Amino acid sequence: MLEIEKITKTFLKGTLNEHTALRGLSLTLDDGDFVTVIGSNGAGKSTLFNAIAGSFLCDSGRILLDGKDITYQKEHKRAKQIGRIFQDPMKGTAPDLTVEENMALAYSKSTRNILASAHRKKDLAFFSEMLKKLNMGLEDRMRTKMGQLSGGQRQAVTLLMSTMVTPKLLLLDEHTAALDPVTAQKVLDITKEIVAENHITTMMITHNINQALNTGNRTIMLSAGQIVLDLKGEERAKITIPELMEMYQEKAGKALDNDRMLLSEV
Amino acid sequence: MAIVSSAVLLGLQYALLALGVYITFRVLNIPDLTVDGGFTFGAAVSALLSIAGHPFLGLLAALASGAAAGIVTGFLQTKAGIHPILAGILTMSGLYTVNITIMGAPNLSLIGKPRFYEFLYKLMPDADKDLMKILAVFVICAGLCILLILFFRTVFGLCIRATGNNEDMVRASSINTNMTKVTALAIANALVALSGGLIAQTSGYADVNGGSGMIVVGLASVIIGEVIFGKRSLWLGLISAIVGSVVYRLIIALALETSIFSANALKLVSAVIVAITLSVPAIRKAFADSRRKKEARRNA
Repeated sequence: MLEIEKITKTFLKGTLNEHTALRGLSLTLDDGDFVTVIGSNGAGKSTLFNAIAGSFLCDSGRILLDGKDITYQKEHKRAKQIGRIFQDPMKGTAPDLTVEENMALAYSKSTRNILASAHRKKDLAFFSEMLKKLNMGLEDRMRTKMGQLSGGQRQAVTLLMSTMVTPKLLLLDEHTAALDPVTAQKVLDITKEIVAENHITTMMITHNINQALNTGNRTIMLSAGQIVLDLKGEERAKITIPELMEMYQEKAGKALDNDRMLLSEV
Repeated sequence: MAIVSSAVLLGLQYALLALGVYITFRVLNIPDLTVDGGFTFGAAVSALLSIAGHPFLGLLAALASGAAAGIVTGFLQTKAGIHPILAGILTMSGLYTVNITIMGAPNLSLIGKPRFYEFLYKLMPDADKDLMKILAVFVICAGLCILLILFFRTVFGLCIRATGNNEDMVRASSINTNMTKVTALAIANALVALSGGLIAQTSGYADVNGGSGMIVVGLASVIIGEVIFGKRSLWLGLISAIVGSVVYRLIIALALETSIFSANALKLVSAVIVAITLSVPAIRKAFADSRRKKEARRNA
């Protein structure tokens, strides 16, 4: 499904602040994989997502999605097949547009006719149906401006928006981190449901190790722009959190220094 | 009565300018300074073709030339990565040379040349000529406003609205934001240039400096419209820009008639109106904060 071959990315090349964020990173995902991504601050987790989504072009290496080379494809073109959700609930939606207008915009990926009406009755019924599944009462607030919803509600709608036209790959960048624990759990549950239902290949960055081991079918750990740990199957099912910490220290040559990760409930 | 009808006529013509400014300033969220140059560009093109005997073609050409100016600004903003305000200033400044070159003189007179509204005189010879002019301009204005409302209800229109709101999100929806910006700037400047084109023909002349300060006129109209109707939805915003433009002209006509200020003070008065209205939120916040402080002191 996704093949990343030895990608590298150096920021501010040739200056004192030169920083290599990805060092020949390679990764292959199978169809339907749900990979959780962990790593200390600055390990390159978000940079990896940026590289896949096309926020910048890599210095070297190749990225293939579903067999097609997307290494040099523009960001908005990749977005047709890659859904992405950020930590900040404000980032995924337009606050001055209504809930239904936001959804109509996301749904436009499915149509080529850009001059079609954005307020088709058939679509609205479909949106309402999807919102009902969230159990947040949003189906009755479709004409509300997005900016008036709470962070959790916005994030849940963003999740619907990025999956309503099923993407080949879904990138979740700590998408529950800015929410309160109850809402975060709810949004995570909805995520798992949608991913399972549509069989979407997914990558999720999280700082909660417990969540990382209990969600999905594979866990990778990043350090200094490389994958230092790749857990799946039997090995992943058995591992305990202290063991994981120890393994990390061994591979990365230093203790895990993600403060949020260490402080989070384990 | 003559004052009112001439103010309404002017207001309706400047309403297209206001619509253009509304699209860039409120929808796209970019104050676009191409306007000052684009307005004269439209006037010049429309006047030249009118002199050549093609008043309608003149209006269409004004639309097209405005769109071209908008595309240049859009290109500078998106592909060339120039700050939006500077991009507008560059186009505006460059257009001065274009305008004076195509006009061949600082101003053009249309006396004795055909105008776009004259066919109505032949159609209804007994009707009042001023009313005929207003009717012709009103039809153009209303027609374009309806087209815009319909356009902003399409998927692409929605993308333009979202671009001014959250660009990242639009890109995440697989839409090229450079395209939406350039299109919006083209539409907005086409309207502005048409406004200039109409005014050149109804007033009977085009001046190379006719466009200076037009951005302020457009902003004032948009803001007056918002004071009357509030900021609720896009279609109401478009209509309120038109009404705002007419009301602005009526206020000015009234003020000039009662000699509150001289015609020379017009631009300063407009600028002050715009500055005060745009600072209302900041003033309100300052008042609220000082009230809070006082209350806290009293309770302490």
